[in-house]
Order: sequence, then C-alpha cells, then structure tokens
Amino acid sequence: MKSFWRWLPLILFGLLAGLVTRALIFPTPRDIPSKWVGHPMPGFDLPAAAASRPGLAIRDLANGKPKLVNIFASWCIPCAAEAPVLRRMTLEGVEVDGIALRDQRADLDRFLARYGNPYRAIGGDVSSSVAIALGSTGVPETYVVDGKGIIRKQYIGQLTDADVPAVIEALRASQ
Amino acid sequence: MSERRHTSVALILTLALASPLLADSHMAAAPYAYTALPDTKQEAEARDLMGEIRCVVCQGQSIIDSNADLAADMRSMIRQRIQKGEQPAAIRAWLIARYGKWVSYDPPLAFDTAPLWLLPLALLGLGIWLLAGRLKWRRS
Repeated sequence: MKSFWRWLPLILFGLLAGLVTRALIFPTPRDIPSKWVGHPMPGFDLPAAAASRPGLAIRDLANGKPKLVNIFASWCIPCAAEAPVLRRMTLEGVEVDGIALRDQRADLDRFLARYGNPYRAIGGDVSSSVAIALGSTGVPETYVVDGKGIIRKQYIGQLTDADVPAVIEALRASQ
Repeated sequence: MSERRHTSVALILTLALASPLLADSHMAAAPYAYTALPDTKQEAEARDLMGEIRCVVCQGQSIIDSNADLAADMRSMIRQRIQKGEQPAAIRAWLIARYGKWVSYDPPLAFDTAPLWLLPLALLGLGIWLLAGRLKWRRS
C-alpha cells in the first residue's frame, strides 16, 4: 500500500501526459456547430448583393418550399470550388439562396461570372449580422431550411459531390 | 559582403511581396469595430462583455484581442446593441443561444461545466493535504 502512494504522483503525471499527447495527435475538431439549428431563420431583409439577382429576405424563405441557404463570399476560395456542386443541385430541382458575406458588388459579379451562379437570390450581409444571428463561424456554410423557415441542418465548410445525395435527402425530409 | 547584402535585399523583397492568398474580405470595418462608444460608461460595459466572448475564428482569443473580420463585426454589434440600451447579460445569452456556452470565457455553473469550477478547488485541497502530510512527516 505504501509503495502505491509513492508511485501515485508518477501515475497521475503519466495520465496527464497521456491526455496532452492524445490532444496533440488527435486535436478536437475546430468546427463549432450552430446551436440555432431547429430554430427559425432570423428575421432579416438583405439588399441585392449582385447585379443579376434580387436580395434575400426572411419572407422568401418561409414560403412552403424547403431550400438551401448558402453563406459564401467572392474572397473565399472553397466557395469557388463549391459553386459547381451547388449548380448540380439546382439541376436536380433544389432551390439555393445565397448570403454574400462582407462582399463588394464588383467582386461578387466577377466571382459569379467566373465560377457560375447557382443562386435564385443573393442578399449582401456587409456586417455579418445575419451570419452571427445564425451562429455561423465562417464561409462557406449551408443551411437546410424547411418550408416554414425553420433551420433543419447546417453544413460547415465546402460541400462536395459526395455530399449531394445526403443534402437532397435532408431537403426531402424537411418537406 | 555584397553577396550577403544581395541576399538580404532579395529576402526583404520576397517578404514584402508575399501577400497572403486572397482569403479575407476587402470590406471596410463595421462602424464600431475599432471605435469606442462616445459614452464612457457604455464603452466600459461593452469592453467587459467583449473581453469574455471568445472569437469563433481564432479560438484562443477574446473578440477584443482578435483581428478576425467576424470578431470585428461582433464587437460592432455588441457596441451598437449596448448603445441602444440592451443589457450585456441579454447580449451574452443571445450569443450563447447561437454558439453555445463555449463562446463565453465565463461559462455559467451547470452540470456539464461543474468540473471547470470544482476541479481547481479539489486540486487545491489535494495540494494542501499532501503538503500537510509532508510537513508532519518532517516534524516527526
């Protein structure tokens, strides 16, 4: 028993060192999922961010049809890679609405001309107010919004071709 | 010597030209991102709150220390809401509802945060107990 107490500090140190090593090798995921999933989309009315599309307001979202709301920006590189994936989903009948984060019209028009424009409407969120109200941590992020304007699911980061069936299924489930 | 100077000139040029890849907004900062509120009492309230809200981009910093665009926009939002007379506690609760308790550096005492509050006390107790035992052993 006495020898156990003698070794206890070393054992505790070993446990602590193990914890630290594990955290170094497998860092905790940096993604912070929004706690706002399951709640209604925040009330907002964003002006048109691009020349070729109307702006986006909350009344466009609660219109009976489930849709995707994609937060993106012309200055975001993964967003450029994501554009063709969103395009492919629109070809399957999915409605994609955009929120352009801290973007300027000329930059955004150039981005849409270059990488394609899958959006029905694009609202400009110049001060990240809607992004913060959604619990968003960056771009791109995609929200599945049901016909009543309730957020059903959040995808953090770039959607790829592999995500398409799951996203379409999530939209169908929100019907 | 001159070769060395050439190398350092080349190094300085490379550093000067190495702008980070296009990965940040060119948008000007929000009105109260870097500007204090005119009312010093309100500004003090805002600073207290901003110091305990974690930046969601650079996750080790508070939004008052962070240069991230999103942190700047959060500072502006907090200052504007305090200017309109909103209570800091209400703004904090609003942010926690969206980002979770994680977003606050002053997490409320609850079942899942209890270790944060109780473990330091337990460790302190353990330390005192060990020290007391050791001192007694020395005396005897």
